[in-house]
Amino acid sequence: MNIFIRNTSGEPIYEQIYNQIKAAIVSGELKTDEAIPSIRSLAKDLRISVITTKRAYEELERDGFIYTVPGRGCFVAKQNIAMRREESLQKIEEHLKIAYELAKGCNVSKGELVKMFELMGEEWC
Amino acid sequence: MNNAIEIINLSKQYEGFTLSNISLDLPKGCVMGLIGENGAGKSTIIKLIFNSIKRSGGSIEVLGCDNMDKDFEKIKEDIGVVLDEPCFPECVKLKDINAMMKNIYKNWSSEQFWSYCDRFALPGNKRFKSFSKGMKMKASIAVAMSHGARLLVLDEATSGLDPIIRDEILDIFNEFTRDEEHSILVSSHIISDLEKICDYIAFIHKGRLKFCEEKDVLLEKYLLIHCSEEDFKKFTRSRIIGYKRGKYEIEALVTNGTVPAGVVSERPGIEEIMLFMTKESV
Repeated sequence: MNIFIRNTSGEPIYEQIYNQIKAAIVSGELKTDEAIPSIRSLAKDLRISVITTKRAYEELERDGFIYTVPGRGCFVAKQNIAMRREESLQKIEEHLKIAYELAKGCNVSKGELVKMFELMGEEWC
Repeated sequence: MNNAIEIINLSKQYEGFTLSNISLDLPKGCVMGLIGENGAGKSTIIKLIFNSIKRSGGSIEVLGCDNMDKDFEKIKEDIGVVLDEPCFPECVKLKDINAMMKNIYKNWSSEQFWSYCDRFALPGNKRFKSFSKGMKMKASIAVAMSHGARLLVLDEATSGLDPIIRDEILDIFNEFTRDEEHSILVSSHIISDLEKICDYIAFIHKGRLKFCEEKDVLLEKYLLIHCSEEDFKKFTRSRIIGYKRGKYEIEALVTNGTVPAGVVSERPGIEEIMLFMTKESV
């Protein structure tokens, strides 16, 4: 797993860690029950604050991506596929809504929009 | 005991200088940076921690032991100290330092000491008085790191060293705190160094504690803005921490939040936060 920390981006450091570990879990790069680095070793390896790393881990745990076994460390939690799907559906809806508003705003017809969409994803049905 | 250092309502009066009501906690496993101008009281706090000067009030616990307690002498075994003026007798060589320290510290490790001396390329054949400032500093860091300390207290330990060796020393400190029982209190004027290693930053100004905050929280708390006189008026007074009026712009530190269109904003570093906080604002 790679983690890139950028100090100059406006994104807070704990969010950068959160998002990158989350991405590794959702994409399946990190498998269920696989151990992830301890808070302290990750912080020291990335040369960032322990507290910040702790905050990222706490949020990952709260959101069900990882779990902690006291004395043993942190592990990837079993992902609830239905829940992730629901989350994605929600996001898709949001994005579609934006596309819809844009199309409406500049007289792109429904047919054109659908066609655009069909062209985009010809390989899946 | 969750704190390596616990300072409550510490005060010290000198003629013409008062350190007043400082309360600070350094949690175990963390690195805290002390910043502030010359004469702000940083070194006074460090001296008070070792009880090498008498406090006027308050209490200090180090590694779970009150520093007025007679057991504190034993606790000193567990503290590595580097002061801004390394003080070894002028005529000694490294091997003499090693021999001396072996008799002072119960947990002294010659092996570790020599490995640091090697790493810092310190000359074994020279006497301490002919060491350069950087070498003297490195020698005291080698000593502080070689007796199994759980707490390091460093007063301006990286000043006078070049950026490359400073970075290497920061690496050593970083490694040191991999153990969650290990903590560091470090004062420095080289704020970029502190930004690299600290978990907490404490800012002492004129004998008072201006803030003690998690570093990353601190960095997200403010915005540095550049704007015109007109736009500057749009900011409520309570948001403005400090400002500087230039010929072509006003530069100001404000609390994080939305800024009017046309106002350029950026993330301030700790150095900028410190500078604007010391300017008597508005």
